[in-house]
Amino acid sequence: MLNRFTPMIKIQKLIHDYIKRDDEGNVAGTVRAIGGVDLHVEPGRFIAILGHNGSGKSTLAKHLNALLFPTEGTVWVDGMSTSDGKNLWEIRREAGMVFQNPDNQIIAQVVEEDVGFGPENIGVPTEEIWTRVEESLKAVGMLEHRKKSPNRLSGGQKQRVSIAGVIAMEPKCIILDEPTAMLDPNGRKEVIKAAKKLNREKGITVILITHYMEEAVDADMIFVMDKGVVAMQGTPREIFCQVERMKELQLDVPQVTLLGHELRKAGLAIPDCILTKEELADALLGAPEAAGEKEEADGDQS
Amino acid sequence: MGIKVDDICFLYERGTAMQVRALDHISVEIPDDQFIGLIGHTGSGKSTFVQTLNGLLKVTSGHIYYNGEDIDGEKFDRKKLRSDVGLVFQYPEHQLFEVDVITDVCFGPKNLGLSESEARSRAIEALESVKMSKSLYKASPFDLSGGEKRRAAIAGVLAMRPKILILDEPTAGLDPRGRDEILGLIAEMKKERNMTIILVSHSMDDVARYVDRIMVMGGGKILYDDEPVKVFRHVKELEDLGLAAPQITYVMKLLKERGLDVNTDVLRVKEAAAEILAHRRELHV
Repeated sequence: MLNRFTPMIKIQKLIHDYIKRDDEGNVAGTVRAIGGVDLHVEPGRFIAILGHNGSGKSTLAKHLNALLFPTEGTVWVDGMSTSDGKNLWEIRREAGMVFQNPDNQIIAQVVEEDVGFGPENIGVPTEEIWTRVEESLKAVGMLEHRKKSPNRLSGGQKQRVSIAGVIAMEPKCIILDEPTAMLDPNGRKEVIKAAKKLNREKGITVILITHYMEEAVDADMIFVMDKGVVAMQGTPREIFCQVERMKELQLDVPQVTLLGHELRKAGLAIPDCILTKEELADALLGAPEAAGEKEEADGDQS
Repeated sequence: MGIKVDDICFLYERGTAMQVRALDHISVEIPDDQFIGLIGHTGSGKSTFVQTLNGLLKVTSGHIYYNGEDIDGEKFDRKKLRSDVGLVFQYPEHQLFEVDVITDVCFGPKNLGLSESEARSRAIEALESVKMSKSLYKASPFDLSGGEKRRAAIAGVLAMRPKILILDEPTAGLDPRGRDEILGLIAEMKKERNMTIILVSHSMDDVARYVDRIMVMGGGKILYDDEPVKVFRHVKELEDLGLAAPQITYVMKLLKERGLDVNTDVLRVKEAAAEILAHRRELHV
């Protein structure tokens, strides 16, 4: 069904109103969470969505796998409109979602059973379920824990099991709604690494919603939400060079970008938007001479 | 005087096959008026540790002294301990339940046996401390924004007038400005009330920005306990524990590796900029 002309996600003039009801169930008012969003995501991209609490990003995310339906406008996932009831199950299989709290998403007593739950539910033959479980756990680096009880895992490991559960449905797109908010530094690193790997190796479109600016640095494209609309969009460099504007939107830029910004303000002639520590070192000290050094720098993208 | 922790252990499911040693011979002193960061990976024992400090969990062995008195002693006033050592749990807004904000904040002081009017004046004092707008005092807690809810929940604990305030990941799930607001507020409260604050956090950058002392937990022990710059010198060991150093420290270490002779005991952007500018002549720009 997918051809290279079908965008993974296409959103046109999306409006979403939450309806507030009083004790008798009468409509007491509406709150507009999304006020006219247009958005286009090509298959295979890694997209980050940033925005302060209440900016509408989670509401937007829920439209991407038809957990919410447009009040006005249209959302197409892989060419299928979410407003059309008959597309529902196909959309939810193609666009899987991972939420903030790993403990709310894991249901089985054993890791591999949890991952197999989704495929089993849609009637995948048993043998294929096990193949999918194995591949999914491998993809997130959790294969060795397949027989464990989920409550023996760390937060980052649990979150990777949640991601494996989504991958087992063979989705074309995964939406991660603040998947690292509750994790320790190592857990955060593991989850982001797993997401990048899926994107790179399996070509799965990744949509990452996050409050950690550093996690968005390697995205192909960033969308910044504010008051229910897309306030900024562009590459990480285009977005993060606007330090003041990001602060206005209650956000931030990566610390190393901020440092570069401060140094420029102090009069150092370095490039405008530094995104990684390696870039800053190159800008200040010149590019490293030996090729061996470069390799080492590429290994760790923290 | 504060808290003195003397060789405590804590076992979950003691005496069963599931027994887990969550705290393993911890001894530490927590004096008055200090801003402490407590870091450690998930499962390192942080939450268990802070719950023993106000008597929510009873230690399996060892002793905890509050102002010189053993908190497990027979005559010890535990009720007083629980109001003196305030604990704000993760996602405290999930515990808001009253009809409006001010009634919710009054709940604690009323439980202490204070009169209605006294409870109210304490609630107002606490709400002012967290900079809650007066117009929201009568609002339903469920109509507040995420950041406001969290501040209301913190006010609920502040209204007990704690001498030691423990916050378990108070910024989880908040946007960058929300994070700065809550942490700024905590720092301000500490100054105003001369409280001891224990900030449990997974964000090395937050911890680096605010605290005077860091305790690092791993495997139920306190592995490092020192001022932040000294703790963050152990980058390798911290990484092995599933932790990290602040982003800025990594930047400075890389510059040093590349031959710029900067001081790497730097945790914040402003200091890093100053340090780099001090070496201006060695730069290629």
